[in-house]
Amino acid sequence: MAAERPHLAVIGAGPAGLAATLAAARHGVRVTLVDSAPEAGGQFYRQPARELGARRPEALHHEWRTWERLRDGLRTHQRAGSAAHLTDHHVWLVERRPGGFTVHALLGPEQAEPAEVRADAVLLATGGYEKVLPFPGWTLPGVVTAGGAQAMLKGTLSVSGRTAVVAGTGPLLLPVATGLAAAGVRVAALVESADPRDFVRRSRALSAQPAKLAEGARYAAQLARHRVRTLVHHTVVEAHGTDRLEAVTVAGLDRSGRVRPGTERRIACDTLAVGHGMLPHTDLAQGLGCRIDGVAVHVDDEQRTDVPGVWAAGEATGIGGAALSLAEGHIAGRSIAARLTGGEPDPHDWAGAGRARTALRRFFATLDEVYAPPAHWAEQLTDDTVVCRCEEVTGGAIREAVTGLGAGDQRTVKLLTRAGMGWCQGRMCGSAVAGLVGCPETAARRPFARPVPLGVLARAGEAPEAEVPEADV
Amino acid sequence: MNPLELAQARPAPAFTVTLDGREIEALPGQTVAAALWTAGITSWRSTRGEGRPRGVFCGIGVCYDCLVTVNDRPNQRACLVPLKPGDAIRTQEGTGHGG
Ligand SMILES: Cc1cc2nc3c(=O)[nH]c(=O)nc-3n(C[C@H](O)[C@H](O)[C@H](O)COP(=O)(O)OP(=O)(O)OC[C@H]3O[C@@H](n4cnc5c(N)ncnc54)[C@H](O)[C@@H]3O)c2cc1C
Ligand code: FES
Repeated sequence: MAAERPHLAVIGAGPAGLAATLAAARHGVRVTLVDSAPEAGGQFYRQPARELGARRPEALHHEWRTWERLRDGLRTHQRAGSAAHLTDHHVWLVERRPGGFTVHALLGPEQAEPAEVRADAVLLATGGYEKVLPFPGWTLPGVVTAGGAQAMLKGTLSVSGRTAVVAGTGPLLLPVATGLAAAGVRVAALVESADPRDFVRRSRALSAQPAKLAEGARYAAQLARHRVRTLVHHTVVEAHGTDRLEAVTVAGLDRSGRVRPGTERRIACDTLAVGHGMLPHTDLAQGLGCRIDGVAVHVDDEQRTDVPGVWAAGEATGIGGAALSLAEGHIAGRSIAARLTGGEPDPHDWAGAGRARTALRRFFATLDEVYAPPAHWAEQLTDDTVVCRCEEVTGGAIREAVTGLGAGDQRTVKLLTRAGMGWCQGRMCGSAVAGLVGCPETAARRPFARPVPLGVLARAGEAPEAEVPEADV
Repeated sequence: MNPLELAQARPAPAFTVTLDGREIEALPGQTVAAALWTAGITSWRSTRGEGRPRGVFCGIGVCYDCLVTVNDRPNQRACLVPLKPGDAIRTQEGTGHGG
């Protein structure tokens, strides 16, 4: 009888986690893929709920063929017993113990029942979430994050209204605007605060990515076909309405990123999909004591964190899109397989993925410089604009903490004002608070990745181990 | 074309749930938020401090803006919880714990 395969727990079934699962399972590792969603796919390959019976889900996606390959690969490994997929498992803590790890999860949308997975190694592939900077009216119903509009569309085939404005900065605005338009929403404007001409000027990184150029051209054609007006170097300065969104005011920006007086115009809409980039999920890594650089999990060339036995891949290690997540996931899976089966990995085994990773990281570093939020975004923020959505802390209260009480970092503002103390634990207001303080943005330390019922905490370590199949090797 | 048509969805028959006692239709597989959006409703909670209306913001379970009471359980995230026939949804004021 063959020796039992080593066991890897992958947290997150997006592009990174799926690529890693396939690579590790193919090379002698038994993998348990743990994800909070009811279906695999993550944000990029988010699937409509099965009961909706979508016969053409690909109508809302790009890169569908890649998804099919990942999905079929996962099924093959599931059938062979080399991979298991635990859906609806919300991981709140990964614990390091002698000789391995325990993954603590809560089951189902209500997250009341605990479950545990024990493994020899862990891959964190938890992706990221969207960053939105505040402006007057951003708490009105009808204002949603750009990715949120996309997630609702892809996952539930629903939209919030009839006329949308898509605004903010970054490449995610393009699939969101074209997706909403294809789904029958009138997209009154796509408002991008950056100036794509800056991007063309940095053409070296761009010309190295012909696929990205073609992708951009495809979006441009779709926007034209749906008659979506694009305003570049513009920003939303206010959302209007009493109980729900009725209109937005947008304005042009000057070269320094300041609103140009007199350029304001009002656009009627019932939906505003807005986003200013993404932030990595780092809570589980922080809980394990992994080094964090700025806002992302630090990894080496093999995608290893600085904690032995813990790897990280995809947007948890820095924002860079689905293709980069796939490359990083693949490299992590190969490295884990080699190291868990007692060998030294040979980077030649993943040379192609390694080259893709280098090129895409360079490309996204350039994107990051160009698609930065307007430098003077905070000038739009009035003293009564809510900044912390959970605790309803206003811009005025935060400015008072900074200028009146001398707060110099996010943590002190939190203690003085409660900004970041609510349900979302500062995930929604952290960037804005850092911007108002004028300090660098850092990943806030949170004891758990999710709120945990006290009863579950008290019983941690006694939960039944989740069913995982034995490998048939 | 609406999104259901675009994806050529053939959902199982719709069923009824209630929002504050009023009947609304939902499709199997829809979350609370999706059914409410489809019914033209975008807010279903008021904040603890100012009593301001809120609904979906992040759409993926991170922001907790979409909290709602489902079958007498307060503080459920409408963007995550799937509906079952007969579910009773209630708009939520403040912490959802009454008073
Ligand atoms: C809402 C949203 C929508 C997006 N839509 C698009 C789009 O349409 N097009 C595009 O090009 N890019 C989109 N993006 C960008 C996207 O994040 C990346 O391109 C890509 O999906 C990143 O891959 P990943 O594998 O790193 O992470 P993800 O795809 O984000 O996958 C991470 C997975 O980890 C799971 N997870 C996270 N934390 C936990 C936990 N504690 N317990 C259990 N499971 C957990 C999540 O459920 C998710 O399935 C979107 C981003 C967001 C936030
Ligand atoms: S909309 Fe953010 S948690 Fe539901």
